[in-house]
This record gives sequence, C-alpha cells and structure tokens, in this order.
Amino acid sequence: MMATTAPGVGMPFDAALRTRDLAVGYRMRRTRRAVLEHVNLAVDSGELVCLLGPNGIGKSTLLRTIARMQPALWGSVELGGADLRSVSHAELARRLGVVLTERVAVEALTVRQVVGLGRYTYSGWFGGLTDRDRAAVDWAIDAVGARHLVERDFSRLSDGERQRVMIARALAQEPVLLVLDEPTAFLDVPSRVELMGLLRQLTRERPLAVVVSTHDLELALRTADVIWLVMPGGELVTGAPEDVVLSGGIGQAFEGRQIRFHPEERSFRLLTGSGGDAAVHGSGLRAALAAAVLEREGYTVVTASAAAPTVSVHADEAGWRLWTDQGECSGADFASLADYLRGRSMQS
Amino acid sequence: MTRRETAVLAALMTAVAAVFLLSLAMGSTSIPLGRVVKALLHPSEDGDPLAMVITSIRLPRSVTAMLAGAALGIAGLQMQTLFRNPLADPFALGISSGASLGVALVVLGSGYGPAGAFGTSLGMRGDALITAAAIVGAALVLGLVLIVSSHIANPATVLILGLMFGYAVTAIVTVLVGASQPERLQQWAQWGFGSFSGVTWQRLQLFGPLILAGVLIASSTTKQLNALLLGENYARSMGLAVRRVRFLTMLGASILGAMVTAFCGPITFLGIAVPHVCRGLLGSSDHRVLVPAVVLLGAAVALIAQIVSLMPGGGVVLPLNAVTSLMGAPVVVAVLLRSRRGAFAG
Repeated sequence: MMATTAPGVGMPFDAALRTRDLAVGYRMRRTRRAVLEHVNLAVDSGELVCLLGPNGIGKSTLLRTIARMQPALWGSVELGGADLRSVSHAELARRLGVVLTERVAVEALTVRQVVGLGRYTYSGWFGGLTDRDRAAVDWAIDAVGARHLVERDFSRLSDGERQRVMIARALAQEPVLLVLDEPTAFLDVPSRVELMGLLRQLTRERPLAVVVSTHDLELALRTADVIWLVMPGGELVTGAPEDVVLSGGIGQAFEGRQIRFHPEERSFRLLTGSGGDAAVHGSGLRAALAAAVLEREGYTVVTASAAAPTVSVHADEAGWRLWTDQGECSGADFASLADYLRGRSMQS
Repeated sequence: MTRRETAVLAALMTAVAAVFLLSLAMGSTSIPLGRVVKALLHPSEDGDPLAMVITSIRLPRSVTAMLAGAALGIAGLQMQTLFRNPLADPFALGISSGASLGVALVVLGSGYGPAGAFGTSLGMRGDALITAAAIVGAALVLGLVLIVSSHIANPATVLILGLMFGYAVTAIVTVLVGASQPERLQQWAQWGFGSFSGVTWQRLQLFGPLILAGVLIASSTTKQLNALLLGENYARSMGLAVRRVRFLTMLGASILGAMVTAFCGPITFLGIAVPHVCRGLLGSSDHRVLVPAVVLLGAAVALIAQIVSLMPGGGVVLPLNAVTSLMGAPVVVAVLLRSRRGAFAG
C-alpha cells in the first residue's frame, strides 16, 4: 500500500450516520407496510459496522433506506449531520458511497474508467477529470490495492477484483459513509476474508464509516467494530461483537433444529445426533481435530476429567486410540477414526 | 483518448468525406469527381445542367442521408445505454408505429378522411402533409409512453411498455391497410421503403436544425450515459438524477427517431447496428468517444446505403430499408463474432 493522503481529512462531521425513530418498509397503494420500526442507530467515523440477520428480515430494506434508494416510511436519516431528505443527488453522492450485490455487466471499460465514474458529481460537463479528480481516483485505486489492475478491462476481472474496483469507485466519491449490501455474496472464501479485511483497514486509514450487510456471520463477528443484529421479531440488538454474543441474540436469531451457536468459538455447529459424551485426551492440533471428528459424528465433547464418558479418545503423533466400556481400538488417521465411529453408531 | 480511438475517429472522418463525394458523383448519371468538386465550390455558375443536378438534387439528398444516419446512430446508442439492452433502437418506444399511423391515416384515407381534409384546409399537400401526420402520430404515442412510464421504476418494464404500444398502434394501421383501396396502398408501401430523396433544400431548413439540435443534446449527456453503464441503481448512488435523465434521453432519442421517420420514412436497422459496430471498432464503451463515432459512422452508412440503392442503374431504385438491412446485417454479425467486446457481448 502506498503512503497516500486521504482527501477530505478533517471533515467537521461527528456521527457519519444517525437514524431517528426510523421505519423502513414498503408503500402499497394506500397502506404502508413497515419491515423494521423505531430504528435508532448511529455510526461514528472510523467504525466498521456489520449488519446481520436472517434472510428476508429487512436488512437490504434498511440499507436501501439509509442510502435513499427508497423513502423512509417514518422518522429520519441523517448523514454527516444533514437530513437525507434535504440533500441533493450530488450532495448525497459526496457523502455516501454504495456497493450493491448486483453484478455489473459492462464491457469495454477499463478499471480506471469505472473508478473515474465515481467522480460524477465533481467532474465537468462532459465528464472530463481535473488533476484533483485524478488524484482522488488514484488514491481510491491504491486504497483498495488495485494498482495492478488499472488498465485491465473491468469485465475480465474476477468477482473479488470487481468488488474491489466497485469499492474504489465508491471511495472516489470521497464519502463519509460507505454502505455495502452483501458485497461478499458471489465471492470465494479467501476473497471474502480479504474484502472484510480491506473494509476494516479503510475505516482505520481515513475518517470513513462503513456499514456492510453480510451472511458471513463468523467472519463478521471477527472483523466488525459494531454489530447490528436484526432479530426475527424485527427488533435490533447492537453493540460490540462480543457483547452481542454474550446477549445470546445470535443464537436466538439463527439457531435452528439442526444448528447451534457456540459462543466460545463464535461459530455454528451442526447437531448430528446424540452418541453420548466423548472425552479427548492429549493436546494441540491433533486433539482439537479428534474433537472435531467426534462432534461431526454426533458426540458431545467433554473435558478429559469428566466422569464416565461414553468414549474416550487420545490423539498424538502415532495416531489415535479409543476406548470404551467394551474395549479398545486404534488407527493412524482421522478417516479411520470417523469410520470406526460411524460403524459404532450403526450397531447401536 | 487512446491511440486506437484517435485512429478510428480519423478513419471515420475520412470515410464520411469520401463517401459524401462519391454519393454526389454516382446516381442515374455518373458525374466525374472533378466536376462534383467544381460544382460544390462554385454553386452559382448556372447553365451547367450537371451542376444543377448536383446542387439541387444530389446535395440535399446526401446532406439528408448524413443527418438521418447520424441521428439514428446517436438515438440508437442512447436507447441501448439507457435500457442496457443490445436490441433497443430509436423506435423502441413505439415512435415509428405512431408515425406510421399518422401517415396511414393521411395516405390511406386522403381525399375524404378527416385527417386529409384537415391538412388540405391548412394548405398542406403531398409530402408536407405526410411529414406533419407522421410527427403528430409519433408525438401522440411518445406522449402516452412518457406519461405512463413516469410511474414505472424498472427500465425493462418501460421498454416492454413501448413495445406493447407499438404492437397496438401497428394493429390499427393493419386494419386501415386492410380496408383501403389498392391504388392508395402503392403510395403507402412507397413511404414504408424509406428514402432520402424527398427532402428538398426548403424542407432541409426544418429538418437540418432539428436534427442538429437533437445531436447536440445527445452529445451533452455523454457523462450521464457513462454513469448509466453501471445500471440505474449505481448511477443514482453516484449523483445522477436518474428519472430526469431517463426522461430527457427518451425524449431526445425519440424526437430524433420521429424526425427521421417523418421526413425519410421508417429507416430500420441503422439505429441498432451503428452503435454495435462503433463499440467493436473502438473497443470502448466510453460515450465521450462513442458519440462522435456513431455520428460519423451513421452518416457514412446512410450515404453508402443511398449510393447502393441507386446502383443498379437504368432507373430501378432499391428500397432503402432493404439496402440498409442486407448490407448491414452481415457486417454486424462479423463485428460481434470477431471482437466480442461490445458493451453487451458478455
């Protein structure tokens, strides 16, 4: 990353975004159907916010309302201190950058041209860029680490590279707030992690607030400064990821018949059956992986000192050894352990 | 501009100039290029019948062809970008159907039809009446589409709406055609062939400025069209007043299409093909180079079509519409297959 000075440093805005008793939803012919109500949220500059919630709960509707892509039913949204309803299209574009889920189908435009489109409100009558515009475009391209892509055709980029470029385009608008609606939806796992890392880094480097909705819960809990969790009933739980985990809200929102949230590991587990308790002896990676095999096969892993487990397993460099009331057996790799456990559950 | 873009634009400019001279030299009688240039430089030297042919017949015809070609090219580009649809053309909103209806009412019903009677009472006859009828018909359909579409958020729905209006209006025309006398059908068919020959110097005084104004308006929206390349949602988020730009673009492109249809008949194909070929040649979707390119290529293609339609000699004139399509379709196919870089090829 090149050492760059962020344009617009020292903007006088305190809260980048604030909503007051906001209700979002849809207007029918005569009625209004609110999806989320009484939303009071604030984001400060330098914060990365992840918006989480089950499918269809209204995350996109909330983001679209914050971005003024649809009108609020009630209440207000303030961006950098100004009510959203009172700012012009151009002024809005200078405060707010947006990245959407939708794939952009444009051919025969270079990455530099796409990022340059972010200067729409700044550039002249025919879209000619000044030195100041070019500096902002260059800064945005460097900020997302896309310097090596500038002359490439946008349509020939990978999905991850495209989203980076779309973020650079939004940054070129020099916004105080960046809103991203499921930007990782089409990406493979490394690209997802990279993208979230990039967003976090952006909030650290310049006075920028980022609000991003995602289904990637575990990644969000590891990366975000603040979590906004939309519960199935429509109420919002907000706070630092760890506080939200502690509140138990994540389990309530996402747990189903087959999955459980494990707060200690901040991850979900599949419920695969009840083979009984399993104690794992040994330490390090091998013991942890042995525990993973046991869990997948439907055992509840308990501490090694627990009384009367159904099975006990010891894992070390030599392989694994398992003993139960009935006897003992051993093997070299985890596939054989899994095989043995599956065979055991068939008999019972 | 890249070197490639500069080269393409320069080549197109040269091509337009060359084809323009050629279109003046070729026709029912061939005139040597030297005399063409002489007649252009000294138009006042009367007494020379060849110079008369050039200045009063061929020159207005060629100027009309260039204006019409440029107008259709640019209007097609606007519609394709606005609707993000490779098949959109200047008539996507039912404009040419509306014009046809106006013309059908006059041509098929003239003498006793109310439209014909109204026009005759204003002292309009023949071509002028047809042009006026086409403009009124196109304006009515465009007005309807614009009013209805202002309540529609999705651009694809607007496109379908225009298509449906077109079908409905065409159906009315078909009913009129079915009910009319054979001798009137001849004149109706003639209009449908399309022609650049009907526009005299006098009529160019109206046609010329209107088209130039449309082209200038379109040229001044290159920045908006570029923003629309990413789709309406992104364009809006970058500060574009989407509804207003959509309305203005639809209005501008439709007026260009309607004017060409009113003065030259329904010229098909050119409006779809020229933008695609230009994207292929330039390897870019940037409207700042695309707009001048479609203006130049549109003018050149229209002139070539004009030349070809008169080619066979011996007084046979091929329908202009047949020429543009027969000539252009293979070119477009070739360009698309070879380059795969049009804005919509993916």
